[in-house]
Amino acid sequence: MASAEPDTPEAAGERRGFIKFFCAFIGTLISVVPFGAGIWAYLDPLAKREGGAGDGDGFIKVTTLDAIPTDGSPAKFAVVADKVDAWNRFTNVSIGAVYLRLVDGVPKALHTICPHLGCFVDYRQGKNDFFCPCHNSNFKLDGSLAKGVSPRAMDALQIDVRNKTEVWVKFQNFQPGHSHAVPVS
Amino acid sequence: MKSLLDWIDHRTGIRSLTREALFENIPGGSRWRYVWGSTLTFTIFIQFVTGVFLWMGYSASSGDAWESVNYIQNEMTGGWLLRGIHHWTAQLMPVLLLLHLMQVVIDGAYKAPREVNYWFGVLLLLLVLALSLTGYLLPWDQKGFWATRVATNLMNLVPFAGPEMQKLVIGGTEYGHHTLTRFFALHAGVLPGLLVLLVVGHIYLFRRHGITPAEPVIKRDAYFWPDQVFKDVVACLAVTVAVLGFVLWYHGAHLGAPADPSEPFSAARPDWYFLFLFEFLKLPFFAGENEVWGAIYIPGMAVGLICLMPFIGRWNLGHVFNVGIIFVFLGGAGALTYLAKQEDVAGENSANYLKAVLDDSRDAHRVTALAKAKGIESTALSLLKSDPKTQGARLFAQHCSSCHRYDGHDGLAVELAKADTLGQLEKRAGLTSRFFSGDAVHPDWLVRKSGTQNEWHTVRAILQAKTEGPFDVIAAAKPEEAPDAPDLKGFASRQWIRNLLDPDNYISARYFGGTTHKDGDMYKKFLNRKVRKYDAAEMKMLDAIAIALSAEAELPGQAAADQADAALIRQGIQYLEDNIGCIDCHAFGEPDPDADGPDLTGYGSRRWIIDFVKNPEHEKFYPDNNDHMPAFGVKKILTDKEIGLIADWLRGDYFEPPAADPGH
Repeated sequence: MASAEPDTPEAAGERRGFIKFFCAFIGTLISVVPFGAGIWAYLDPLAKREGGAGDGDGFIKVTTLDAIPTDGSPAKFAVVADKVDAWNRFTNVSIGAVYLRLVDGVPKALHTICPHLGCFVDYRQGKNDFFCPCHNSNFKLDGSLAKGVSPRAMDALQIDVRNKTEVWVKFQNFQPGHSHAVPVS
Repeated sequence: MKSLLDWIDHRTGIRSLTREALFENIPGGSRWRYVWGSTLTFTIFIQFVTGVFLWMGYSASSGDAWESVNYIQNEMTGGWLLRGIHHWTAQLMPVLLLLHLMQVVIDGAYKAPREVNYWFGVLLLLLVLALSLTGYLLPWDQKGFWATRVATNLMNLVPFAGPEMQKLVIGGTEYGHHTLTRFFALHAGVLPGLLVLLVVGHIYLFRRHGITPAEPVIKRDAYFWPDQVFKDVVACLAVTVAVLGFVLWYHGAHLGAPADPSEPFSAARPDWYFLFLFEFLKLPFFAGENEVWGAIYIPGMAVGLICLMPFIGRWNLGHVFNVGIIFVFLGGAGALTYLAKQEDVAGENSANYLKAVLDDSRDAHRVTALAKAKGIESTALSLLKSDPKTQGARLFAQHCSSCHRYDGHDGLAVELAKADTLGQLEKRAGLTSRFFSGDAVHPDWLVRKSGTQNEWHTVRAILQAKTEGPFDVIAAAKPEEAPDAPDLKGFASRQWIRNLLDPDNYISARYFGGTTHKDGDMYKKFLNRKVRKYDAAEMKMLDAIAIALSAEAELPGQAAADQADAALIRQGIQYLEDNIGCIDCHAFGEPDPDADGPDLTGYGSRRWIIDFVKNPEHEKFYPDNNDHMPAFGVKKILTDKEIGLIADWLRGDYFEPPAADPGH
């Protein structure tokens, strides 16, 4: 039997309101499912997870007093600690670095990361200052901004001398770009 | 709004395109049988979306693949859902492909001028199977590892350049990083790219030629929108519901234990839709040099035949022949699939197969728990390999269980759910249960009355004897020979020592009944001659001695009890030294060269067990009366690390995750 011509598209378009609503609604719903699952998993980093480094108080043993130059110039020290990286837990790996220098025999610690946009700040021996090679921010030895685009001084880190010679630093990272230091959490 | 649409339409012609897409004429009106192509397009869409998101969590290296998949499955929020959808959609696709192919062949939709489109379809079918095959390896678990090795080894059989092709596909001669990077590139890049091209071509040609109406056409024509779209959407909804059902039921998708080239996996099987090919190769006809026929020529000819159907269909009875062939293939594949499964759950090797599935699942859970608690320093496999709970048992089964037992088995039994009644046991041992149920029991496995230490009997024997339950059930075969050395479950625990000090127990098979020690001084001069005549007060001393001696082991599971009973333990030591005369033959507290029984100092401690296993003939233990126990350390049968694993396992000295695990 020969098939009859269907209604014109326009006529078809006027009828079956519910069917069309159903198609649009359910069609959207089931198409959203895989995206929903994907986005849920993608947002995983925003879920709070234990992590961080060092013992309970956040202090990490970095070096000894004797290793810091006595002339007051800063020296760079690697911060070594256990690190959780997604499924891995590494023991004793470098997680960052600090500049240490002695001020009247007392150690001071500065984070090596530029508070502007996170480059590694160099210590320039000749000029005896800190210099960020990315956007040319210039810091004095105490970390304060000499000139440049950085919104704040270099980040000072809490320091603690234990057992007379051990230098412990509370190592943490700060969000770049702000005028005051906000710890990364 | 309208002017914006006008603006866009003017530049893209989007309206006429939409109109064309929606108002395609369907001769004879919409039908349910036309939905398969749409459901397949929908599943491909799901796989693309979930695949890209999985990609964001996956790491294609042999030291990270399992680890990252485990992380997705068990640590990431929603990761199990994402992976589950990808996995179960893949499981469903072969079914939809088959239905689509059958609909096309039965309706004769392959006939001129639609041949090319039909071939596109066949290519798409093969592409999807290739995606399944490559995806199966990516989690780098035992199942995927061993099953895919079989698949790539078959490439060896390809005429002319087989071995070279195999080398290229796996990126060398051995499975490793490059196998994964190559498979991943195929799975997430090359094959999906080809798939998109072919799907676009497939749909374009389909629209060009229009639908092939299923005969007879009795209804009036209709447009694609909304009539057919409605049916398509309902079918896609059914697909989604089915997939989500599986995902929720299985909480994602199963991940086996990490791939281990040194550990056999008797349950390595390809995914279920390849089982027919797997079984096909087991046919005796394809033995030896004939294998290439089963693996390559015949499947190749079958695909060739399917491709030739448009031409065959031109002949008078060609179409009937084609439809017949599809059903013959389907019937054959179905029968082979059934045979494969039947052999696995009820064949000669079925106890092994089912046990391997359980072992793999146990190892997988174990390493997941370890990874969660400790993190993975190098690889998940090395984490598993240094775990006493699983590896100590393995080593015990291999090296100790020919003489010793562990609770009446070889150490590797997997504890199953109890069976409350005989009827329940019978049902779980039945074929239906073994085919479909997770708590199936093989008739060769072992049961005993719940709560007893009785000997284990096979399920088969119990079902014949019709003993009433409830039963403890373990997945383990009955050891072939009777034990001839002590059962070491609970070694050095209070109960274990107290039982040893009972004369009848001492000469039972559970202790020294199978050894020469049953005729030794401990039995003859002490247990038999003295202990049998002990009065209640002396028995109490023995109880205290058992507790004191057990404290020497410092068993982790007994730490609280040992601490609580400190006074009793001191008392027990006093009895041991002064009243009962243990130190006449045993050293205690200090070396005693004249002692001819084992040193009781630190009895059952880690150090003590390790020293004993290393050399039972050491003067501290059995210098003259060792009965057959090999010096595992001296003879270098076991390394120190391995002996340590056995000791830790026996002592229950290993990490246990907190009982409540909200993730599952």
